[in-house]
Amino acid sequence: MTTPAQQLETFLQRVPYVRFLGMRAELAGDEMTAILPFAPHLVGNTFIQALHGGVIGAFLEATALAQLSLAQPSSRLHKTIDITIEYLRPGRALTSYARADLRKVGRRIANVHVEAWQDDRSQPFAALRGHFLLRSADGRSPQP
Amino acid sequence: MTEVPDIVRQMAEHMATTVPQAASLGFRLVSVSVGRGSIEAPWREDLVGDPDTQVIAGGVVISLLDHTCGLAMASAAGTEAFSTATLDLRIDYMRAAAPRAGVTAEAHCYKLTRTIGFVRAEAWDAERSDLIATAQAAFVLNRPRPTPATAA
Repeated sequence: MTTPAQQLETFLQRVPYVRFLGMRAELAGDEMTAILPFAPHLVGNTFIQALHGGVIGAFLEATALAQLSLAQPSSRLHKTIDITIEYLRPGRALTSYARADLRKVGRRIANVHVEAWQDDRSQPFAALRGHFLLRSADGRSPQP
Repeated sequence: MTEVPDIVRQMAEHMATTVPQAASLGFRLVSVSVGRGSIEAPWREDLVGDPDTQVIAGGVVISLLDHTCGLAMASAAGTEAFSTATLDLRIDYMRAAAPRAGVTAEAHCYKLTRTIGFVRAEAWDAERSDLIATAQAAFVLNRPRPTPATAA
């Protein structure tokens, strides 16, 4: 039986793109915080050294997928159906954090909200809402 | 297709290839015209999102769509634009890209007001008629402040 921490580590280590981003995650009980240290290749605006909007979206989506991999362990990754990313403030050249809230986990579909912040948890700089298609533990897509 | 001035073409080339995130993903400018832009993201081993299938990561597609939408915004605003910021971006994933395939996106800024641009984009791997994702975005446009000479 793998522990949640091992499941999370497996998710983070298996995906090459997660390593490209430099994303990490920490578990406190069942609460996961995703961490994205600042790196120069993540910049989208050099004038104000702001994170690229796509990087912010990718970090939020990866946070949702990581949280889902804890809630619904599967040998394959769950699939994104749709996401909406809201940009509230520029992502500055600082470490970013994100937490996912699984609003509904059904048999086939999950609805997930994610919020990201930097130095002040009460001042989020971006948020995501999305739907994800869940795979069963053996990695198959659910039967329609 | 309306030709864009050289300065907009240079800006498009700069946007597509020199911005650090775009450069690190290996983006290439495909085309730019007034209100439209197209960028290609090649497949690379370190950008894989699913090691079981070797399919390019959804995160790369997010960066590509956001960036291509920004390019369409900038080419619509032309030399007037000072900077743009994404308000929101919705992405629908139709299907996964083919294994080891790069992705191309094209965006169209179909309405630009004084402050807001509305943009739609599509992404595909092999055939434009067989999409992997679509996007809808709203951008805020920060125009340069009028100087006393131009304001008169």
